[in-house]
Amino acid sequence: MRLLRAVKDKTARHLMLGIAIFTILFLLVMGLSLFFKALPIMKEKNLWVLLTSAQWKPFKGDFGFLPFILSTFYVSLIAIIIALPFSILTSIYLNSYASKNVQRLFEPVVDLLSGIPPIIYGVWGTLTIVPLIANKIAPKFVEYSTGYTVLAGGVVLAVMIIPLLISIMVEVFRSIPKEMTDASLSMGATKWQTVKRVILRKSVSGIIAATVLALSRAFGETMAVLMVCGNITQIPHSVFDACYPLPALIANNYGEMLSMPSYESALMFSAFLLFIIVVLFNGLSRFALNQIERRYQF
Amino acid sequence: MKYLEEKIFKVIMICAAMIILSVLVYIIGTIFYRGLPALNLDMITKLPGGGFYLGKEGGVLNAIVGSLYIILGSLVISIAISVPLVLYINFYLPAKSVFASLIRFSLDILFGIPSIVYGAFGFALMVYLGIRASLIGGILTVAMLIMPIMMRSFDEITRLLSRDLPDALLSLGATKYEMVKVILRQLLPGLVTAILLAIGRGIGDAATVLFTAGYTDNIPAALNQPAATLPLSIFFQLGSPVEEVQNRAYASAIILTVIILILSFSARYFSSKFSKNKI
Repeated sequence: MRLLRAVKDKTARHLMLGIAIFTILFLLVMGLSLFFKALPIMKEKNLWVLLTSAQWKPFKGDFGFLPFILSTFYVSLIAIIIALPFSILTSIYLNSYASKNVQRLFEPVVDLLSGIPPIIYGVWGTLTIVPLIANKIAPKFVEYSTGYTVLAGGVVLAVMIIPLLISIMVEVFRSIPKEMTDASLSMGATKWQTVKRVILRKSVSGIIAATVLALSRAFGETMAVLMVCGNITQIPHSVFDACYPLPALIANNYGEMLSMPSYESALMFSAFLLFIIVVLFNGLSRFALNQIERRYQF
Repeated sequence: MKYLEEKIFKVIMICAAMIILSVLVYIIGTIFYRGLPALNLDMITKLPGGGFYLGKEGGVLNAIVGSLYIILGSLVISIAISVPLVLYINFYLPAKSVFASLIRFSLDILFGIPSIVYGAFGFALMVYLGIRASLIGGILTVAMLIMPIMMRSFDEITRLLSRDLPDALLSLGATKYEMVKVILRQLLPGLVTAILLAIGRGIGDAATVLFTAGYTDNIPAALNQPAATLPLSIFFQLGSPVEEVQNRAYASAIILTVIILILSFSARYFSSKFSKNKI
């Protein structure tokens, strides 16, 4: 009986250790298999050419990723520019001003916003943002725009990353010791002065980390952006041009292109590119956030 | 002067919060406003009939059932892996273990990997294993996507558990394995929350199942048959030039949104229940 208990305990322990090792290795396996899938195209073409050429003619063997990389970058940049002020202001409000009831009201709001599937954001974007840009905003600046633009992608993406930004920033603000803000308030500073001179200054690194994390989320977002950004292979020259981000490229073409090995490898290259960027960005910001969390723990 | 600044910024902050709140209402409102006219019982009880994508009769039962199959299958896999892992890093490894923080760190990174990359990786894996786009392919890929979500939220809740219970159990002579069995019962509401969150993410994601699960108008009868999913069904109907079909895409979007709303609120309910039990 005693032996049986010991054996059970041992078996469970080893099994769990196995699972734990598997989890860590999984990331590595994923990166390596994407890398090896992308290797043929990297051998065939110079890496620099792949990244900086704007020539995308898969059937002639030209694979220049620049339009896709720039599209991804522009859309994410617009999203961050829109989302950041809203998120910072709202998180400050929730952290330092709002009553318990308002805070309680906002928890499900943030939860729901982050829970709504990308496809629903996409549907919403095509129904509201795209026509708004095509009919109201774009005519003021350019002659004609379909509405399926960099800007539409950026706006939809901004709404999608706001919950992530808010939930992290609230954590960051909360990690600031109450003694610090109390000291500032007792010296006669107003709440806003305290926010400006103590809270914001203390959480600069946290805000940067949250931004990087949100950026990496934005880089990888697929369906919602795909539905509103036009998907035309070109380098967008204004926010009213259509664009074609990397994830959309994979989603639209992968699965059908197995007959062309170099095309498949090129698409895998873009998946690998996304993987590397996201892992890098994520790793850095998570590391920074963990440090921040630890700094004020007593 | 400083009081004026205070007032101005307070107003700006409240505006920002209000805008975020109203965007949420606007999104849900838009979906319901456009989808409700096309929503009827046929949508959720019938398979797509002949000419469904030209505006004829039918519903999206294939997609609803397909999504359910995929999410249930991937839940089985991910629970089987997540629960032991979380218990291991919390109760088997020492409190300040480097190994545990390494696992948590890689979970954080896995959590951030975009679903399209999981989709591409899953598809590459399936090609390697010789599986075609099918229910099992979708299940495996969605399992990869939701596993880090489930692990992270379950881990977060598990960390809140007071250390008294495990200590008491161990001092009564229980083996660690017997100890975690008891603790698991205590953690059940937390696990339910984690599962609901994972379902919410998994059921709404289109990019993972795009290449791996395929699409069909029928309900899959075996693991190696393709399966339709709700998000893809919305996507394909939306791509149709026929207005009736587009309206049905909005109706399907309502179905998906309602599922997500229910999941989100029940997750909230269970997690509040959990914090009540906590001392």
